[in-house]
Amino acid sequence: MDLRLRARKQFGAFALDVDLSIQGDECGIFGPSGSGKSTLVSLLSGLLTPDQGHISLDGEPLFDGARGTDVLPDRRRIGIVFQRPNLFPHLSVRGNLLYGLKRCAPEHRRIELDSLVRVLQLEPLLDRGVDNLSGGEKQRVAIGRAVLSNPRLLLLDEPLSALDDHLRFQIIGHLKAVCREFRIPFLFISHSMLEMRLMTEQVIALAAGRVAAQTSTENLARERMGLSPVGYINLLRLTDMRHEGGASVYCWEGGELVLPRGEQEASGGLFELSSKDIILFKRHPEAISARNLLKCTVVSLFESGSRTGVELAMGQGRLIAEIVPAAARDLEIVPGGTLFAAIKASAFRRLAVPEPGQAQPDTGATS
Amino acid sequence: MPVFASAETSAILLSLKVSAAATLLSLPFGFLAAYLLSFGRFRGRLALDVLVNLPLTLPPVVIGYLLLILLGRHGWLGRALESVGFPLIFTWRAAVIATSVVGFPLLVRAIRVAMEGIDPHLIQASRSLGAGRIDSLLTVVLPLSVRGLLAGSVLMFARGLGEFGATIIVAGNIPGVTQTIPLAIYDYASSPGGDRMALGLCAVSVVLSVGVLLAHEHLSRCMAKWG
Repeated sequence: MDLRLRARKQFGAFALDVDLSIQGDECGIFGPSGSGKSTLVSLLSGLLTPDQGHISLDGEPLFDGARGTDVLPDRRRIGIVFQRPNLFPHLSVRGNLLYGLKRCAPEHRRIELDSLVRVLQLEPLLDRGVDNLSGGEKQRVAIGRAVLSNPRLLLLDEPLSALDDHLRFQIIGHLKAVCREFRIPFLFISHSMLEMRLMTEQVIALAAGRVAAQTSTENLARERMGLSPVGYINLLRLTDMRHEGGASVYCWEGGELVLPRGEQEASGGLFELSSKDIILFKRHPEAISARNLLKCTVVSLFESGSRTGVELAMGQGRLIAEIVPAAARDLEIVPGGTLFAAIKASAFRRLAVPEPGQAQPDTGATS
Repeated sequence: MPVFASAETSAILLSLKVSAAATLLSLPFGFLAAYLLSFGRFRGRLALDVLVNLPLTLPPVVIGYLLLILLGRHGWLGRALESVGFPLIFTWRAAVIATSVVGFPLLVRAIRVAMEGIDPHLIQASRSLGAGRIDSLLTVVLPLSVRGLLAGSVLMFARGLGEFGATIIVAGNIPGVTQTIPLAIYDYASSPGGDRMALGLCAVSVVLSVGVLLAHEHLSRCMAKWG
């Protein structure tokens, strides 16, 4: 995708005024509610008209205030997955899926029903009415419907925010699978840093209707560490679990981590760990209750709000810990130095993100 | 129950015919008006709203008189239609027009209630999936307004059966030609010895109205089951 957008839209006291250019096949739009994300989606899809500006996609102008160009929403070939599924209640799942495909010109048809149904595992749902689907199933059908319209750009407008945590991570698995399989460029719009990091590597941050930053998702997450009540979320892929003395021991990047023994455990998975839950020691503490004590090398230090972030390396693994600047001075932390990081076993939280290539069955209750 | 003579039978049949024709004729216009009022953002929307609802509060006789001015031999529309061999005034077609105008607000209101219950996101979704305005209207808005279209049609049909004031002015009260049930009752009630006939037609009116209301109730219940 080569998206260029320079647009202004005024709503009473709020004004969206953005100038951005996006290359590459995926990008996030991050911002709190009220920052203009949804307005941006509407301007791109043609559901709203900018007061002035210019929008072009892959060299084709979609809107040009000066020349009076304004391509209708149905001619833009930009698909949307909304926050809520918005399925047509009078059509079956199949009818919903085919709605966009039927209206797609033959020369643009690349994705057909069969292959989509396979990737999103929709086969058992095809002949059902949309009222008999669970929340997660509905959103899967909505994704399929947008993808089958064979868009040249997919706008994912907070597609996960109406779902509970369990379904949220399942749907992320489906979204990634479908976008990767069919190579559809997408913009992922969200106010959740965690979702953003799971979906894309580059991101545009909006604040009060302006572009605040265009950067990597990782950088944005680090910048926001000091502002966020949950700190920076480390994402760790743990594998090869074994039980040992009433705890679960997982392998992580050449080392081992101890977690409390859970009720339903898989042999591995994606876990989150807040930067606030890591305590740093200059020297080896002889006796400590925390089950994980890792010897790490300091890679870098960065400032974020009133906090200092410390990037640590342990084997191939990277962790971000946060401390107050005074602690960084007292411990004389410098890149290249050695530190001990203590992490309580209970600080890890499993994210229900399916492993690549194995989407989990949808177990959500009918809503 | 008196056995009706041919004039009365034709009044009953004519009432049903006029009411059904008026309802069918109004459906496309009612759908369009309801769509414009529910989803349209244009100048003059308020004026359209008032115009559509005016017959609800205006005395039917006033509507009849205004139609007479427009459609009569001296009205521009009446003259134009007559010159192409399609006279309206004092024919059953005039009764259809009068009934349509009087019942129109009821039809539009019922369709509007259904349309306003449609989530605008569904229309946006259809547009983003490649449906043009008309396509979206026919494939999303129309099927989701069916409930309103049916309810409105039944209501309008029932209202049409009782139409009197506007009809008597534009269509007259010609037995066998434009005399509907209410007009026949009016005739019998004002002529000596017509009481029995008037009462008989009243009974027919009651039976028809109750039938229509029951049909309406049944339809609503079926709809609730489907929806």
